Amino acid sequence: MIQEGILRHAATRLLGLIPTLLLLITIAFFMIRVAPGGPFDSEKVLPPEIRANLDAKYHLDEPLLQQYFRYLGQIMSGDFGPSFQYKDWTVNELIARGFPVSATVGGLAMLLAFVLGTLIGITAALKQNTATDYSVMGVAMLGISIPNFVIAPLLILGTAVYAGWLPAGGWDWSWQRMVLPVITLALPVIAYIARLTRGSMIEVLHSNYIRTARAKGLPERMVIRRHAFKPAILPVISYMGPATAALITGSVVIERIYSIPGLGSYFVQGALNRDYTLVMGVVIFYGIVIIVLNFIVDLIYAWLNPRIRYDEAS
Amino acid sequence: MALLEVTGLQVEFDTPEGAVKAVNGMNFEVNEGETLAIVGESGAGKSQLVMAIMGLLAENGSASGKALFRGKDLMKMKPKELNTVRGRHIAMIFQDPMTSLNPFLSIEKQMTEVAMHHQGLPRDEARAHAVEMLRAVRIPDPEERILQYPHEYSGGMRQRVMIAMGLLCEPELLIADEPSTALDVTIQAQITELVSELRQETRMAIILITHDLAAVAEISDRIIVMYAGEVVEAGSVDDIFYRPQHPYTRGLLASVPRLDRVSDDELQAIPGNPPNLLELPSGCRFRDRCVEAIEQCSEKPPLWVSADGRVSRCVMEMEGGAIEPASEEAGGAE
Repeated sequence: MIQEGILRHAATRLLGLIPTLLLLITIAFFMIRVAPGGPFDSEKVLPPEIRANLDAKYHLDEPLLQQYFRYLGQIMSGDFGPSFQYKDWTVNELIARGFPVSATVGGLAMLLAFVLGTLIGITAALKQNTATDYSVMGVAMLGISIPNFVIAPLLILGTAVYAGWLPAGGWDWSWQRMVLPVITLALPVIAYIARLTRGSMIEVLHSNYIRTARAKGLPERMVIRRHAFKPAILPVISYMGPATAALITGSVVIERIYSIPGLGSYFVQGALNRDYTLVMGVVIFYGIVIIVLNFIVDLIYAWLNPRIRYDEAS
Repeated sequence: MALLEVTGLQVEFDTPEGAVKAVNGMNFEVNEGETLAIVGESGAGKSQLVMAIMGLLAENGSASGKALFRGKDLMKMKPKELNTVRGRHIAMIFQDPMTSLNPFLSIEKQMTEVAMHHQGLPRDEARAHAVEMLRAVRIPDPEERILQYPHEYSGGMRQRVMIAMGLLCEPELLIADEPSTALDVTIQAQITELVSELRQETRMAIILITHDLAAVAEISDRIIVMYAGEVVEAGSVDDIFYRPQHPYTRGLLASVPRLDRVSDDELQAIPGNPPNLLELPSGCRFRDRCVEAIEQCSEKPPLWVSADGRVSRCVMEMEGGAIEPASEEAGGAE
């Protein structure tokens, strides 16, 4: 009965995805066109004839609205079009090449952050206001405050340059090359999740139902694991939707520092080069990822929290 | 030997404003199968008294004194040992049934874990036992309803679940901390009736905490009246209702609305508020609100104790009572 409700809810949510995406596409399309400059502006001014040919080839000579509808029609069939900048590549190919790399690094970073973050957060909450709590949370605060472009070079210096344990960068799908980028990406997220978990765990531990569990004579370990963990983890789950989306779609800084061929650099490159199709492709892809992840978070929420029912939600 | 014997129990809370003395040297006993009502206004310390016995004080609270359960001091027990008593031999139900059940776990999980943990029952046996207990507290369709979550229960039903959960291991003592206060009046009556029936069916002792003196008349054997963290009067139900000694008890009785006496007067109330627990007054703690207060009340009142277990803490002499020499800590029925 519950499952049926969730399925129906899933269908409704997926249908709701369409207007959201349409809005996203429209805004992104016109914004990138409004930005000064175009894909073929560079230091060398192109001869007008060549420029006209190029514009015609990419339909840039058409009125804007016509271009917009042409683009809409094109992406209906799942085709993001050719990249303006990477001449031999379509946007689909670029995404297909960059996303697995970004998703692997980002996914592993999120996994690490979730496990470590919740563990640290729970430990700090259980030892609230002790030296352990203060030191762990102090380090977490540092983790949030220090930007990753500072941490990454320090990590490279320590583990790659001086110690020589790990390669300083590059990508070949080996775990050695994943370690540093994953850690760098995960650190601030670990810190954030730890703080989030600590706060909600402390709140949950003061609730009446935890008092009931203790009055029942359950050992403290069971009180935490069975009675406190689920409610304490809920805020972390809702944070994880957008956070995972941000992580798996790639971080420009991390990809630059560690020379990883991920999706993040395409986004920035595309925007800087006014590579209209690439920017649009990546934006739409990012939008889909966020919507899908938020949807998954919703489902996890419903699974964890019996009070959320989708029976009558539609 | 009494089932529970509490002596010199004190509870203090460490707050930024200073130490709050919630309970000041309580002495009392609960015998096997006996129902003891502890009555007092909000803030009299009655809840904190039982929280201390159950080891459930908030982090800033500390307790001293003795609470011997079957001769073993609960206050000295390590958590592990205490957990063999809590839920197994002493069960507790709380004031607010809406928040006292875990909203994330089904009733089945919350009930079976008690029996599985304390009695080592396998899951299906624990489940059958839980269904049986739900039926005993008059929950309709217990086989179906045990699968549900707390939010699918009304307040009164949740309190029934709490009671059923408490009774699972057939405890010798049930502590009920204002079990019906948060409920509608009609539901209150039902819960009180349920407790009264269970009291007759099982041979369980009950400590019933309430601010409603009238509600406990029919279901208790003895009553302790608490004021500002200490006993002001104790005795059998008849003694308290028909021969109240202490002006505070008389005030409480007068403030109970009565249907049998036609009156145009407003509801009687005791004037003033309970004293600030941060700065307890010297002498009698009730004297500022007492209509019968005299000059001697500024000194510590004596504790009168009679042979049949009546107690009164007042400057006025109690019939048939003698002054307890160690008035300082005393305050309970022998």
